[in-house]
Amino acid sequence: MPIKLPSFRPRRDAYPPDLWTKCPSCGEMLFNKQLDKVLRVCPSCGHHFRLSAAARLELLLDHGTFAEHDGGLESEDPLGFVDQKAYPDRVAAAQLATGMRDAAVWGTGLVDGRAVAICVMDFGFMGGSMGAVVGEKVTRAAEHALAERIALIVVSASGGARMQEGTFSLMQLAKTVSALERLRAAGVPYVSILTDPTTGGVFASYAVLGDVNVAEPNALIGFAGARVSAGTIAQELPPGFQRSEFLYEHGFLDRVVHRSALRDEVIGLLRYLVARPQPAAEAIEGEPLALPNFRPFSFLTNLAERVLPPETEPAAPPNGNGAGPGSPATPAPSTTGSPESSPPPPAQEAPRG
Amino acid sequence: MVDRILGRSRDATAEAAEAADAVTATLTDPKQITWARVQLARNLRRPRILELVGAMADEFVELHGDRLFGDDEAVVTGLARIGDRRVAVVGQQKGADTEENIRRNFGMPHPEGYRKAMRIMALAERFGLPIVTFVDVPGAHPGPESEERGIAEAIARSIGLMSRLRTPIVVVITGEGGSGGALAIAVGDVVIALENAVYSVISPEGCAAILWRTADEAPTAALAMRMTAPEQQALGVIDIVVPEPGAGAHTDHAETARRLKAVIAEQLDALTRLSLDDLVEARYRRFRGLGAFREVDAAPPPPPERPGIADRLRNLLDPGRWSGISSIPAGRADREPPARDEV
Repeated sequence: MPIKLPSFRPRRDAYPPDLWTKCPSCGEMLFNKQLDKVLRVCPSCGHHFRLSAAARLELLLDHGTFAEHDGGLESEDPLGFVDQKAYPDRVAAAQLATGMRDAAVWGTGLVDGRAVAICVMDFGFMGGSMGAVVGEKVTRAAEHALAERIALIVVSASGGARMQEGTFSLMQLAKTVSALERLRAAGVPYVSILTDPTTGGVFASYAVLGDVNVAEPNALIGFAGARVSAGTIAQELPPGFQRSEFLYEHGFLDRVVHRSALRDEVIGLLRYLVARPQPAAEAIEGEPLALPNFRPFSFLTNLAERVLPPETEPAAPPNGNGAGPGSPATPAPSTTGSPESSPPPPAQEAPRG
Repeated sequence: MVDRILGRSRDATAEAAEAADAVTATLTDPKQITWARVQLARNLRRPRILELVGAMADEFVELHGDRLFGDDEAVVTGLARIGDRRVAVVGQQKGADTEENIRRNFGMPHPEGYRKAMRIMALAERFGLPIVTFVDVPGAHPGPESEERGIAEAIARSIGLMSRLRTPIVVVITGEGGSGGALAIAVGDVVIALENAVYSVISPEGCAAILWRTADEAPTAALAMRMTAPEQQALGVIDIVVPEPGAGAHTDHAETARRLKAVIAEQLDALTRLSLDDLVEARYRRFRGLGAFREVDAAPPPPPERPGIADRLRNLLDPGRWSGISSIPAGRADREPPARDEV
């Protein structure tokens, strides 16, 4: 194995990475502060950069409403796994670099005044890989949504299962999916948001199972890594393979939505996807002769929505890939928050439940 | 060794003798022992669903097709009578020779294979038949057509279906339990494995390629992942390990089937005594409890939000590293393909 010496000479294309970012898609140099303001979407080509969990929560939830739960969960090292580095050291390094305990954060918050349970993954923490902690957080978020009968939102960004936890990480597929099955049976909505990248075991478990699956444009979404695919079948992969638009074409995504429209999209969906009230569910099973589809609450809400002047309709293009020029102007509706948003603590500092 | 891996049959006593010294005496290095097990688990002559059900069932009716796209021969499904019990069986099947292997896609199912499995399992629930699954798969087929037809969706749905089926499910891992492609039919009330079976989240070659940057380190990765059946039993992922006859299951299909049949029958007896509500709840709890984590004092985790002066200096000297901002600078992150699993 070649010995790798640290290089002290800056690379030719070097630039202070904490100030500038080069867009990998169009090569434009972007000032980081400016990039953060436009939700980390390249203003010239619409490339969606990866978003940290904190920024994602800020984007989706009403300002200051996020309350983290189970912030103290931390990975153990059940196998005593050592590759070129011991697993606990890798976790510690990732914690230091990201300020997170693991690759996911879950909690409760409001989306346009509606309570939701939300779990957000961060690719920056060990490639967003799913170990026992991520699986546990997704499962607890689902169980909480079920108990409170509020919608569940999971934002995925992950390379797949965390190899360092061996089959335990594989078992997280079963754990999370079992919990989602209960949610589905109880008629509690689940919106899955797939971002770049969502692959492997995360895609093959909770990410693909949303009542509605929404993805950001041009996100890498797939089951097997492109190298695995190419290696196994030894043939050219089709262009756009495993990108959001590819999945959309093949029927596995409902919507491909530009980041600036994502929050409105979720708000719009949650107006339709409302948890079935519990007693009604029993009534349906108990007396089949009763009007099974008449739900006074949603009937009234629907009526009100038809009668009252429409406020913000989810008017997102199904494919927002080319939405270049609009980007700098668009972030406003998503970040300004709603009337309910109270000034207090910003999402990152919210006390964990 | 070559003979053993290729599964050429020799006379039983020689094999038994070889088994005694091959796995225990000549191999002392744990890495070699693990790797020998992986090779045994992959042996083409190893009995799979067709051989095992053929040997242990008095009757077997194979059922075909997923009613959506086609029939995937990498997955075998059907109805069988084992002893005095009628069950539905589901499992992956490799071929014994090249021709059959091509037909069965080397035991790597496409989405339609898992959808066929789901159809038969739902059918079993409707008619109150217990389910026995036989897992032996290197992994689900990773090609473009698999992705186009939604292999991830098929696996996730199958896991979900098994988690709530109101009928007993016994899982037998007979060879390779290769990640998501295996788990899709391995969510059961009890998970049995043959002694030389392996179970892992990614193939050792894949793991080595990602973490060691070379597939040659596969034996090291296999050891590190603790993928052999006894080790998985110690972790609680597998419940029962069934010893194999002679030098391995491939040397004596009939005896392997006989031993498995006894264990399966015993487990089915125990499971059918439970109420269906208890059964489904216990299955949920079983998988709910797998995984190791601790709950530390929830004081905010280590701080650095903004890079300090030291980080900035380091960045100036070595700009290849990341900046300390919580997201990876995309220029670097995108140049390097993410470490993806074949789960």
